[in-house]
Amino acid sequence: MEHESVPLYWRNIPAYYRLVARRCKRCGEVYFPPVLKCPRCGSNELEDVELPQEGELVEFTVLRSVPTDFLKQKPVILGLVKLGPAKVLGQIVDAAPEKLKEGQRVEVAFRRVVVDGKYGLVMYGYKFRPRP
Amino acid sequence: MSRVGIVSWGAYIPRYRIRTEDIAATWGDDPQRIVDMYLVYEKSVEGYDEDAITIAVEAARRALRRGKVDPKRIGAVYSGTESKPYAVKPISSILVDALGLTNNAFAVDMEFACKAASDGIIAIAGLVESGRIEYGLAIGTDTSQGEPGEHLDYSASSGGVAYIVGRDGVAAEFEAVYTFNSDTPDFWRREGSPYPMHGEGFTGEPAYFRHVVGAAKGLMEKYGYKVSDFAYAIFHQPNGRFPMRAAATLGFPADKVKPGIVVTHIGNTYNASALMGLARVLEMAKPGDRILLVTFGSGAGSNAFALKVTDVIEERQRADVPKVGEMLDDKIYIDYATYLKNRKMVKLFE
Repeated sequence: MEHESVPLYWRNIPAYYRLVARRCKRCGEVYFPPVLKCPRCGSNELEDVELPQEGELVEFTVLRSVPTDFLKQKPVILGLVKLGPAKVLGQIVDAAPEKLKEGQRVEVAFRRVVVDGKYGLVMYGYKFRPRP
Repeated sequence: MSRVGIVSWGAYIPRYRIRTEDIAATWGDDPQRIVDMYLVYEKSVEGYDEDAITIAVEAARRALRRGKVDPKRIGAVYSGTESKPYAVKPISSILVDALGLTNNAFAVDMEFACKAASDGIIAIAGLVESGRIEYGLAIGTDTSQGEPGEHLDYSASSGGVAYIVGRDGVAAEFEAVYTFNSDTPDFWRREGSPYPMHGEGFTGEPAYFRHVVGAAKGLMEKYGYKVSDFAYAIFHQPNGRFPMRAAATLGFPADKVKPGIVVTHIGNTYNASALMGLARVLEMAKPGDRILLVTFGSGAGSNAFALKVTDVIEERQRADVPKVGEMLDDKIYIDYATYLKNRKMVKLFE
């Protein structure tokens, strides 16, 4: 699988590390991943806003056929998490699929997401885990 | 002006555990003999997608949350580890962005085997005392290495702990610090080597006990402390026996040492070892308690601290942050094959 390039990863670090979203100053809509222009009202005036570190698991699915970057992490649990004003798609870790429930509290975890081989970059970012 | 000290702390222990008996069964050792020798019943193991950096971020975020400290007021972040994911690329710069610190925070990776994080605490205390920074963050984090089947396989584990040091909102003041260092070849790892070597007979008396006891004795003699002045004593914990013996040598009764012992159920978290014990003790300490903390790093050296708990401790203890005691119980047991996978000790093309 072709990884995200180093420059692109670097530019996305605020979103990957701290879930920095964009809020439209005109209509108040919050976007994650961040956008440059508000798709709702068309405004170019947006500001950075950090999403909360805790949220609610809206839905999840268990993947056993996964992209090559995630082959060693099977099964991959992919969840949709409501974090304040935004819904964020991310991997759920430290959890057994049979014990997960929609609606349960989850918190943001900081993890390795993609490792570019033995000599390349380790790309870090957000995942989610059940709140202890 | 109030004394500089620990404003807040945060600990992180990965959820995965492997039992000593499962390691012993793989390598044909007698599990009871191993447990008797090290007093380590199980140890923490990082998840497949965790490393010393992710562990440091988790611990530091908890420290910020407990103390309600604005990351923009952190003027320095010093990380102590001996399991850097990169040979060249700092942990501390990743922490600057992951924690939302300013780009003007001093950011340094420190190295002195398991002692580096406590050297970070001392350096940051100096920066605060000089007025250069308001708060600083010192972090001990490790996913320590041990050759499969070798002695270290039974104890080398994973975990991290972070301390915010400052002058405002101090929960435990630094009263005194004392250090003891010498060139002692007890444990080392050369560049490119996946696992450390240790100097067999060098690891006990000439290394651990000489430096730990030397630093603690030096601190007590120089500043006039008696054993009875301390409510708790915490020592570096390479296994369950060494800290108890060091305590006995210094005249500390077992009940002052046991509350800070975590090695028996998570193994040796290296830079987070004694500092994890301190985190656990801070969760139960009362205002006015005095704590002796002695860290140790191979090669070798020890830092001894005298800390005095303040009234602020009660507010910090009430914070909605996972406690060390809770994390000791929150675990998922894995088998030896999963342990090798999580620790990347099977050859993988990632």
